[in-house]
Amino acid sequence: MADDIIIRVEHVYAGYDGIAILEDINFEVRRGEVFGILGGSGGGKSTLMKNMIGLNPPISGHIYIDNDDIVGADEATLERIQHRFGVMYQSGALFGSMTLLENVRLPLEVYTSLPDDAIDLIARMKLELVGLEAFTGHMPSELSGGMQKRAGIARAMALDPSILFLDEPSSGLDPITAASLDATIRRLSENLGVTFVIVTHDLGSVFVATDRVILLDRRAKRIIAEGDPRRLRDETADPRVRAFFRREAEAVGA
Amino acid sequence: MAALAITDTADGRRVLALTGRLDAATLPELWAKTRRAADEAQPRPVIVDAAGVDYCDGAGVALIVELLRRKHTGGVEIANLKPAFAVLLKQFDPAVLEHDLDPEPPRRPAVEEIGFAAFALWRDLRTQIAFIGEAFAALVFAARYPKSVRWKDVWRICEQVGVDALPIVALISVLLGMILAFQSAVPMKRFGAEIFVADLIGLSMLRELGPLMTAILLAGRSGAAFAAEIGTMRVNQEVDALTTMGLSPVRFLVTPRIIAAVLMTPLLTLFSDLVGMVGGAVTMTSFSIPVVTFLKEIDAAVNLTDFLAGFVKSFVFAVLVAGIGCMRGLQTRAGASAVGDSATRAVVTGIIMLVVVDGLFAVVYYLLNI
Repeated sequence: MADDIIIRVEHVYAGYDGIAILEDINFEVRRGEVFGILGGSGGGKSTLMKNMIGLNPPISGHIYIDNDDIVGADEATLERIQHRFGVMYQSGALFGSMTLLENVRLPLEVYTSLPDDAIDLIARMKLELVGLEAFTGHMPSELSGGMQKRAGIARAMALDPSILFLDEPSSGLDPITAASLDATIRRLSENLGVTFVIVTHDLGSVFVATDRVILLDRRAKRIIAEGDPRRLRDETADPRVRAFFRREAEAVGA
Repeated sequence: MAALAITDTADGRRVLALTGRLDAATLPELWAKTRRAADEAQPRPVIVDAAGVDYCDGAGVALIVELLRRKHTGGVEIANLKPAFAVLLKQFDPAVLEHDLDPEPPRRPAVEEIGFAAFALWRDLRTQIAFIGEAFAALVFAARYPKSVRWKDVWRICEQVGVDALPIVALISVLLGMILAFQSAVPMKRFGAEIFVADLIGLSMLRELGPLMTAILLAGRSGAAFAAEIGTMRVNQEVDALTTMGLSPVRFLVTPRIIAAVLMTPLLTLFSDLVGMVGGAVTMTSFSIPVVTFLKEIDAAVNLTDFLAGFVKSFVFAVLVAGIGCMRGLQTRAGASAVGDSATRAVVTGIIMLVVVDGLFAVVYYLLNI
C-alpha cells in the first residue's frame, strides 16, 4: 500500500445474513483527507462503515487500515487496529451516566498509564478543540444534539487516532451548528492531520467539509461516482450522480 | 523514547530540553519530572527547548500546555518547537485550561440532603396519587367504552404476563411447597403430627404464599418489563408522540397492561396454589403420607373463604404491580441509565407496596374474622 493511502477497501461485498446490499466495492482513502461516503437512505453507507471499523465483517473482501486487514483479524489484531481510529456514532453515543469530561477521560484511563491530572488536562483539551470546554461537568442529557455530537468527536479523538470515522455527523442539526461542526472537522484535518471518513447524505456538509467522496447507489449496489464532490456536481455526465448532487427527485437510491 | 535534560544557565534561566517522541506512551515518565523541574526553577524563568522533539501528538502538547498554564513566577517560554507541532499547540489557550470551567458542584451538607430527599419523597407520593387517579379514570372509561381498549395489545400482554410466566411460577411454587413441607414435617414428626403439614401447606399457599409469591414474581418480571418498555418509549419520544396525537398515554399504554395483569394474575395465582400443594404432597410421600391422604387433609382443612381470601388479593396485587410498573415507565427521564433506574424503581416500589398491602389485608381479614 502506498504511503499516502491509509485505508484500502478491496472487493468488499457488504450486507447482512449473506444478502449483499453492496457488491464489489473498491476505493482508497488518502492520509489526512476528509473522505465522504455518500448515498441515499438504505444505500449501505452505515453498513460499509461498520465493516470498515470492524463491528460487522463484510460478506467477503478485504479492508486494509494502514496495511492491516481488519477482515478476519484475530481479536488482538483487531484491538490493535481499532486503536488507530476513533468513531463518532450518529447520536454521539455518549455514556449517559458520565459527565462529558468522564466520557472523554474513559479511553485515556483504560489505554494509557498517564497520571490522573494529565488525563484530566488532555480530556479538557479535547473538549476545548470542539468548543465544549465550559461543559465538562454536564451530563450528556443536558446537552443539545449538536453538542453531544461534538463531545462524541472529542471522545473519539482522546487517544489521538490517525483516522476518525463519523456517522452522519450533521444529521438532525440546525444549519449553523452543522456548519460549525463542518468547520471543526476541516480545522482538525488541516491542523492535526487526522484522516476523516464521513458517512453522510447532507450535501451542505459534503461540499464544505470533504475533499473526496464516493457515491453509493442502492439499485446498482455499487459505487457510481468517486472524486471531488464539487467537480462531480458540476461536471458529471451520469444522470444519477447529477440528480443526487442537485437534489432532484428519483435520485440515487431514493 | 523521550528524555528531559535540565540545564541552569549562567544568566539565571533554567532550560528544559525535551527530546524524542512526546506521546501517551512516553508521557507518564516525563510528566511529573518536567513539572517538578519547572516548579523548582521558580522564580527564575524557564525555557522549554523543544528542538529535539521528533514527534508530538495531543498528549505531548498537553505537557507543554501544562507548563504554560501553571502560574510560574518567572514565566515559561517554549523555544524551537517545530512548526508542525506549533500548529497543534496553537489550538489551545492555556488560560482557558487553567481551571475546570464546569467543575462538579460540591456535595450538599447532610441536612440539605435530607431535606431534598424528603421533598423528593413527597413529590413522588403526590405523583403516585395523581397517577392512581388518572389510571382509575382510564379504567372506568375502559369499562364504559370497551371498544376504546386496544384488545390486540391486551392479548399480546396477557401472553407475556401470563403464559410466558408459567415456567418460573411453576418452579418457584413447587420448590416453595416442597421446602415448606420438608421444614415443617421434620419437627412435627416428633409429635406424630406430620399429617397436619397438609393443613399448613393448604392454608399458607391459598391465603398467603400463592398470591404473594406470584405477585412478587410478577413485579420482578412484568413490572420491570412494563417500566423498561414504557421508559424506552419515553426516551424515544414515542410517549410525546402519543400526547401530541391527542392520545392519553395512560389510556393507551397503561390500561391494556393493567387489564392484562388483572386477567392473568389470578390465574397464575391459582396455578401457583395448585403447584405448591403438589410440591408439598410429593415431599410428604417421603414421610409415608400418600398423596390421596394429603389431598383429603387439605380438603378438610381449607374452605372456600380461605381460597377467596387469597384470590381476591391477587386482583389487587395485579393492579399494584402493573400500575407501578407503568407509572415508573412514564416517569422515566432522558438517557439509557434512566430506563434502568425506572425498572429498578418499579420492582422495589412494587415489592414494598405488595408487602404493605398484604399486611393491610391481614388486618382487615382479622377484623372481619375471615
